[in-house]
Amino acid sequence: MIKKLALRFQEFQTIRLRIKALIIKEILAVLRDKKSRFMLILPPLIQLIILSHAATLDVTNISLAVYNQDSGWYSHELVQRIKGSPYFLHVYEFKNPQEAKRAIDTQKVIVSLNFQPNFSRLIAAGQSAPLQVVLDGRKSNASQIVLGYLTLILQEFNVDILQYQGVEVVHPIDIEFRSFFNPNIDYIYFTVPSLVAILSMMLALTLTSLSVSRERESGTFDQLLVSPLQPWQILIGKMMPAMIISIVESTLLMILAVLLFSVPFKGSLVLLYVSMIVFLFSIVGIGLFISSISHTQQQSILGSFVFMTPVMLLSGYATPIENMPTWLQPFTNLLPIKHFFIIIKGIFLKNMPASEVWLHTWPMALIALFTLSVAGWMFKRRLE
Amino acid sequence: MSQFSFQRFFAYLQKEGKQILRDPSTILIAFVLPLIMIFIFGYGVSLDADKVPLGLLLEDTSPTARSLENAFLGTHYFNVTTSYDRLALEEALTGGQLRGIVTIPQNFSQNLLRGTVVPLQVLLDGSEPNTARFVLNYAQGVVSNWGLQQALEGNPSTILPIIAEPRVWFNEDLKSRYVLLPGSIAIIMSLIGTLLTALVVAREWERGTMEAMMATPLRIQEMLLAKLVPYFLLGLGSMALCVMLSTTLFDVPFRGSYLILLLSTSAFLLAALGLGLLISSTTRNQLVASQISIMTGFLPAFVLSGFIFEISSMPWSIQALTYLFPPRYFVSILQSSFLSGTIWEIVLPDILIMLLIACFFLGISALKSVKRLD
Amino acid sequence: MNLTKNFPGRERPALDVFTASIRKGIITGLVGPDGAGKTTLIRLIAGLLLPTQGHIHVLGLDTKTETNSLHEITGYMPQKFGLYEDLTVIENLNLYASLHSLKGQEKEATFDRMLTFTSLKPFIHRLAANLSGGMKQKLGLACALLGQPQVLLLDEPSVGVDPLSRRELWKMVQDLVHQGITVIWSTSYLDEADKCQEVLLLNEGKLLFYGPPQELTHRVKGRVFQVSVPLHERRRALKQLLARPDIIDGVIQGNKIRLVGSPSFFLSPTDSHWQPTQPRFEDAFVDILGGGTKGKSALAEKMPLKRIREVEPIQAEQLTKQFGHFIAANNISFIIKRGEIFGLLGPNGAGKSTIFKMLCGLLQPTKGRALVSGLDLKTASSKARSRIGYMAQKFSLYSDLSVKENLDFFSGAYGLQGKNRQEKIDQMITLFDLSFYLNNNAGLLPLGYKQRLSLACAVMHEPDVLFLDEPTSGVDPLTRREFWTHINGMVEKGVTIMVTTHFMEEAEYCDRIAFIYGGLNIATGTPDDLKESVKTKDLLDPTLEDTFIALIERSDALQRQYEGQQ
Repeated sequence: MIKKLALRFQEFQTIRLRIKALIIKEILAVLRDKKSRFMLILPPLIQLIILSHAATLDVTNISLAVYNQDSGWYSHELVQRIKGSPYFLHVYEFKNPQEAKRAIDTQKVIVSLNFQPNFSRLIAAGQSAPLQVVLDGRKSNASQIVLGYLTLILQEFNVDILQYQGVEVVHPIDIEFRSFFNPNIDYIYFTVPSLVAILSMMLALTLTSLSVSRERESGTFDQLLVSPLQPWQILIGKMMPAMIISIVESTLLMILAVLLFSVPFKGSLVLLYVSMIVFLFSIVGIGLFISSISHTQQQSILGSFVFMTPVMLLSGYATPIENMPTWLQPFTNLLPIKHFFIIIKGIFLKNMPASEVWLHTWPMALIALFTLSVAGWMFKRRLE
Repeated sequence: MSQFSFQRFFAYLQKEGKQILRDPSTILIAFVLPLIMIFIFGYGVSLDADKVPLGLLLEDTSPTARSLENAFLGTHYFNVTTSYDRLALEEALTGGQLRGIVTIPQNFSQNLLRGTVVPLQVLLDGSEPNTARFVLNYAQGVVSNWGLQQALEGNPSTILPIIAEPRVWFNEDLKSRYVLLPGSIAIIMSLIGTLLTALVVAREWERGTMEAMMATPLRIQEMLLAKLVPYFLLGLGSMALCVMLSTTLFDVPFRGSYLILLLSTSAFLLAALGLGLLISSTTRNQLVASQISIMTGFLPAFVLSGFIFEISSMPWSIQALTYLFPPRYFVSILQSSFLSGTIWEIVLPDILIMLLIACFFLGISALKSVKRLD
Repeated sequence: MNLTKNFPGRERPALDVFTASIRKGIITGLVGPDGAGKTTLIRLIAGLLLPTQGHIHVLGLDTKTETNSLHEITGYMPQKFGLYEDLTVIENLNLYASLHSLKGQEKEATFDRMLTFTSLKPFIHRLAANLSGGMKQKLGLACALLGQPQVLLLDEPSVGVDPLSRRELWKMVQDLVHQGITVIWSTSYLDEADKCQEVLLLNEGKLLFYGPPQELTHRVKGRVFQVSVPLHERRRALKQLLARPDIIDGVIQGNKIRLVGSPSFFLSPTDSHWQPTQPRFEDAFVDILGGGTKGKSALAEKMPLKRIREVEPIQAEQLTKQFGHFIAANNISFIIKRGEIFGLLGPNGAGKSTIFKMLCGLLQPTKGRALVSGLDLKTASSKARSRIGYMAQKFSLYSDLSVKENLDFFSGAYGLQGKNRQEKIDQMITLFDLSFYLNNNAGLLPLGYKQRLSLACAVMHEPDVLFLDEPTSGVDPLTRREFWTHINGMVEKGVTIMVTTHFMEEAEYCDRIAFIYGGLNIATGTPDDLKESVKTKDLLDPTLEDTFIALIERSDALQRQYEGQQ
């Protein structure tokens, strides 16, 4: 019995060593060359820095056109109030409607206000004065937000005018907001953790999708197949390096997130790493699948692109999932990155409890199981 | 220096065309990916927030408070859950089921009548800043609007001094898909122009076919041109597909001129192709080529083009960066061409700049490519 | 033609200063050991590289300033198959025809000539990727010839090509020379060099010899002998003979050993049974480069004697492989005994590699079984696979890993552990003299070292059976001798060798050969048995290459006869 166990252990040791040799080889193959090491490590860092600042749906620095035919106090005051708002950067005043229109046409401004000649007179007379607000529909999102800002300024002004006119208006209701997890509603808190997830996904996917097709192109794949390594051992050997490199890279990115971007890290590092491993397993499965159906490296690269682009769009990173039609929303549950977004932001910002993390980990585990078995099956089939 | 030979050029062109048609991955990137993206933008992704889940904590049940509740219920921006249980709502907020909680505090109506300041508390989920901002802005809008309404109802004689009359040009209902669909063309064009070209040339080096070509009378200009033309045509074909689907399937209007669209797409494609050739002349390794293409082609088209993310809201350093990449010019022309018609002040300078960038890239790659191996 | 080149040093000069002018209208062979600078020289002549110093003139055109005109009068065939694999034969031809501005009738006529010439006519719509090695080379040559070049530059055109195609290729080129074309043919097959009018011999970037090959061969005149030995003793006999200080080279040729004596050699009375024989270029080549390996393989000496197992090391039982309707291997059976070198020979595309791949478990047979040490590799545990070693023709090393890392990986993959593993690695480094290159990328090694490393990786785990797929293709004679010394040594220790080759010199080392043609095993036997079987009164002493061709012709005749009866 003991002898049998010892034998088993011996066998296990051999397998472990074999896989270890393969993993070391894979990592070296990727990182040994200076150029490719550079190309794997550096771009994610640059991307993190650029994307974290660029990718917000926030609207600031707004440019506004004013075409004022009115010379009274009210229009002047309103424009002053707009200038005083932190959102508006430039206010251009135009003398004729063509110029104002042109400014919108050429996207110099996003919105233009047209005051008619009797604007102030009407208000002074206690009547309603219409104010034309023209928005650029080519920037649908920004226009909507700008209109929101303007409406608020306008309403405040209305109340002030009414009170001045002696109308009994209830005191305007202040809104006091408290933002959980991100007191200043800072976009960096959202983009940086999300980018850590996206960039590690891209890295894991690129590495695995190229791993088999590269060996196929260079002819070393046969050499692997005649070695005592079993197909499943080769699969593990191809998976682990991508996982390891991606985990190292995301650790690097997370350190940057905390040190450079001052994103708070409130949750448990252990939970984060556990869920990241599950997440990466599911991605690596997809990468291996792409790799096993590709004949060439070009096909692997383009294949992973065709996968990555829609995933990025549907993941909730670029646009909130809630904005999608209801029938589509359940499908986003099939994207591992959607779950990981929730987890990584949850752990970074909310100190998400283990139970909640688990709620989003098991779907990823299921997906991982599925992608890995499909990849394994494809891989075996291609060997026949 | 001998003459440019059309026969050689066409021969190489033909070869390139056949390779494109035979490799499923080029078809995948030029026609399948655009289809996927158009469907996603057409049916799925949208920037128009609608029915954001919002919790309303009613600590006051007076008619006044009820009327404010109705104001919230009345807007399509929110999907309101009214509750009296603060804990339950807060739990839903941290769990991500709610994006914000508006609290109508105790004694809300009494305080209001007394004229004392009544702060209305809004709790937000800061881990989703886009939605948080949205909730904050719209909650503020609903509340101040309600305040005014109350005032007007209380004094039937008063009228609102200023009435805003918003009018949206080019896209009356502010549908984001009208903006996103045209913008996605830029992403696809840069994938075809830059990534595909860079890969294809790198592959010729890896396979050794480049060496054989270099020893033939084929001139370097003929080769470069013959590499440009097929991917240029592929790009135009893919663009036509995108335009057709966007306008027919998703009713995106096309108000500009097709000629301008063709011209600007050509200018953009030239720049993208130039970049692709330049990348391939600096690296002969497909992995490296693809990484550089993503950095310099795909990401600028996705992020630095103003297609989803507003350029003017970015920090100045990144804004400056956007001027260096062709996508911002192209996206601007695309959005105008579809929605507002030809606006020469945008079209002319933008096409010109793209052509300049194209000349720059193509020039450098022509200079860098010599018929030698070292 | 007056071709002058002065080359100067590149980093570690690939070519060192020399001047030569190559004569017009003949075949000039370009030979030399690996890394001598042959490819560099050809690329320089083709204008693909520029000399660091000096000038090259091809028919009066300067390669530096008149590249365009140069490319119109030269045809170049690179070492790496340079045709588009995703285009068909005719599409590749069309491309090259247009690049050389051929059109209309002229083009049709040239195509017709080329296709007949290369007998590629039946395959014009086949993708180049699906052509056999020989056909690829012929197509490459046809493409290089389309522009009716005045100078033809061929960089190792016959590597990986079977003897039959090689003969055809040679004939094709010879015909061209009769039309007045100048040919530069770089090769590591020295029997080809023998047939060239002139030979340029390079070594480490230096010109060692330039002139007619006979002139070089002359230097070993009277020093070349053949000795007959019993078949089973030839390896030991060779080892003993090579150990003699007055013998500088020896190779096995069936049941004979060919020997080259040193300049001071004289036939002693005890060696009176040695038969003087006609020297070949290869003998002189080895001589001028200082002699071949001394017969001992340090590698083999370190190897323990293999235990005798009851089962035969390799058994093929009615192996059949079908791809669609095409039968690549049809009912192949043979048994290889312990300590035997077994060769698979046959033309390109005959099914050798299919059989080879089924034997080492890379392909699943449609019917039949392939057993190694009694175990089916496709289904057997990794234990069975750890008993085999495999060395592929392109030396499938990880080219972006260093020598040390390659050794580490392969030792790990074969499950060597702990102290044993380190010892083995160190041993390989010492035996194959790899210490100098230890941290260099495997891809950048000189070919000879790649070969050594590749062998080291394949034998580190002391396999019972070693699979060699064209192990020395494109390798110079010196490296090849070293390689076979190791193999011979290992066989003495009981290792079984399975080898495919196109190189008849190599086939001579085999104990038995299976001759594969059209998916069938058309003959099996010792090299001498096979030679004997094709002996006719016109061909009294057939070489293995003659045998190869005769066997194919015989099989073709039978096929025609059979079809005629139908």
